[in-house]
Amino acid sequence: MIVITWDYFMPGLPGIRSSVQWAYMASGILENMQEKIVVKNLFKVFGKHPDRALKALKQGKSKDDILKETRLVVGVQDASFTVYKKEIFVLMGLSGSGKSTLERLLNRLHEPTSGEIIIDGIDITRLNKKELRDFRRKHFCGMVFQNFAILPHRTVLGNVEFGLELQGVDKETRHKRAMEMIQQVGLEGNEESYPDQLSGGMQQRVGLARGLAVDADIILMDEAFSALDPLIRRQMQDELLQLQNKLQKTIVFVTHDLDEAFRLGDRIAIMKDGKIVQVGTAEQIISKPADDYVKAFVEDMDRSAVLTAGSILQPLVEQAFPNDGPRTMMRKIRQNKLTGLVMTDKAKTLKGYVIARELADYINKNKDKEDIPFDNNLIQQPSIVHLDMPLTEVINVYSDNQFGPVVVVDHNQIVHGVVTRGSILAALSEDPDIQVMDNKEK
Amino acid sequence: MFPFRVPLDRWISDAVDFLVRELGAVFDGFSAFVYFMVDNLKDGMLTLHPLILMAVIVAITWYMAGWRNSLFAVIGLLLTENIGLWQAFVETLALVLTAEILVMVVGLPLGIYAAKNDRFDSIIRPVLDFMQTMPAFVYLIPAVMFFGLGLVPGVVATFVFALPPLIRLTNLGIRQVPKELTEAADAFGATDMQKLFKVQVPVAKATIMAGVNQSIMLGLSMVVIAAMIGAGGLGEDVLRGIQRLQVGQGFEAGLVVVILAIILDRITAGIGARKNNG
Ligand SMILES: Nc1ncnc2c1ncn2[C@@H]1O[C@H](COP(=O)(O)OP(=O)(O)O)[C@@H](O)[C@H]1O
Ligand SMILES: [Mg+2]
Repeated sequence: MIVITWDYFMPGLPGIRSSVQWAYMASGILENMQEKIVVKNLFKVFGKHPDRALKALKQGKSKDDILKETRLVVGVQDASFTVYKKEIFVLMGLSGSGKSTLERLLNRLHEPTSGEIIIDGIDITRLNKKELRDFRRKHFCGMVFQNFAILPHRTVLGNVEFGLELQGVDKETRHKRAMEMIQQVGLEGNEESYPDQLSGGMQQRVGLARGLAVDADIILMDEAFSALDPLIRRQMQDELLQLQNKLQKTIVFVTHDLDEAFRLGDRIAIMKDGKIVQVGTAEQIISKPADDYVKAFVEDMDRSAVLTAGSILQPLVEQAFPNDGPRTMMRKIRQNKLTGLVMTDKAKTLKGYVIARELADYINKNKDKEDIPFDNNLIQQPSIVHLDMPLTEVINVYSDNQFGPVVVVDHNQIVHGVVTRGSILAALSEDPDIQVMDNKEK
Repeated sequence: MFPFRVPLDRWISDAVDFLVRELGAVFDGFSAFVYFMVDNLKDGMLTLHPLILMAVIVAITWYMAGWRNSLFAVIGLLLTENIGLWQAFVETLALVLTAEILVMVVGLPLGIYAAKNDRFDSIIRPVLDFMQTMPAFVYLIPAVMFFGLGLVPGVVATFVFALPPLIRLTNLGIRQVPKELTEAADAFGATDMQKLFKVQVPVAKATIMAGVNQSIMLGLSMVVIAAMIGAGGLGEDVLRGIQRLQVGQGFEAGLVVVILAIILDRITAGIGARKNNG
């Protein structure tokens, strides 16, 4: 059943996740994250007199029809989304779906046909040429391209300095900064090499370092790793995540590869024919694909490799508190048809697990007593998993489990819920809404 | 076939007359400037001892094109001196360099502008075709009309003939700069000038230098023709050889033109192939 393991997914690097991913996992709360880029009803039509296409789109005509009737190409239609500070936001879709166009609208390499792009509160569609230039210098780490787009006539150092040089930073400062970035991406010793002496992976590191060298906080990456062979590609993905942990930029990453999107993206926007059809975390997209198009994408993915304990857990319906008497516990068990109770304190910190059968035996032995004291020997240590443990591992833990459900906790041992056989089966099944109740004692 | 003849010849000569009459001062000024350049360049080079000038040329060849080519330059230049064509060689070099400087001053901006402006490109394209397909001799006529006989019309005719390839290849080279490179510059907030001089021109350098190279070669091919209107130099020796049927002398001068062509070709090709952090 399980073909993909965590190691396959992140070889040697279990648990590398950006801080934003941690934030999602720990809380699932997006509201407290700050907006960095807000896109509202953005359209891009290529060709003369694009208003004709906008009108046709309003009448509900398709991209293909508009191309036939007006010779205008609809690049992006009615895109609205928000990118939060410090997240990796992935634009994903088939070739021609408008990812690159949308990415280039964000720094106005393409002029929007209509709509708003608000970055740090400023609507950049209203900036004039000079304001736009200054805005790009201040807010964007240039752009990282599929074919690297580093300057062939400059050394590695010369390339990394490029952005700073454009800003008129003095030679000494930019040398120093460039050397730092060259070190960051692991290219030290190659400063004086020319691009044609470097491998693809190394060239892309130059591209990345060039972006990082300027003191800005949005990185645009367009199929940045797509030209690299799979092994190098995976390595670069890991390094990007590590860098991101350290540097905390806002990254908008374009890819046509779902694996890459799920690996890197805190959230993913899936595009089709210039439209955004779904935005969500990998788990949300896998478990609730918005339409058949997304579903077709997702079907190839091994669900077990993407889902985590946190995304499949069932919240506790009932729990034992340390000062509950045995009869109270038994009542809670009966009422909810449970096989046992997770014991926590009022702050939901895990204290242990009480097995229904053992509790019943204990009550039975002492049934003539008026007030049975709780015996701490009844508290067992349940199997626990961390919120972000991938489903594949959870399944392993579950199958080694001696009794009851597996308890899902976070770093502070706060209980978030349990994983039962039912929740695992539901997660692995095609229809995520099937919830098999798990009442059977193992 | 027709009861009349289109008086194309008269129109053209009228136009030339008109220009000479109305813009005489401009032509005179330009003429004086070109003469000043060629003459100073030539005299400057001739005041040097031939061996010193040779050493300079050989050193440049070595630096730009490697020791093999510089060895060729040593042999070629010594031979030139030995057969008594050194002065003619220097005169021709001065003429070609002057023409090439003018070509670059005019051709580079026009080529860059053609790359940036599709309308201008579509206008200048047929003009360049016309300039290149017109027999080179034809340029002698207006050149003589405007500038009389001598060095200056020689330079002008050479300039007109050698200009098209530089415009063409500058245009081509800049248009061929990968879109992502200019996008990268834009994304970093480059100004148009920064983009031009830090990205487009350096990346297009090899192609632009191929244009320089081609225009120098075309310029050298004008040497003999220019000599017909008194531009002097090696062309004059070739012409004399033809007129007096002195095959050997004519051939010698022709050979020295080839030597000069090879040296200039190797140097410009070398510059085109170089990288630098520009
Ligand atoms: N400069 C352009 N001029 C005209 N059409 C374009 C241009 N750039 C992209 N397109 C069109 O816009 C659509 C989206 O392209 P693109 O954004 O490159 O897709 P993706 O990056 O997802 O492969 C395609 O139909 C493409 O042909
Ligand atoms: Mg693309």
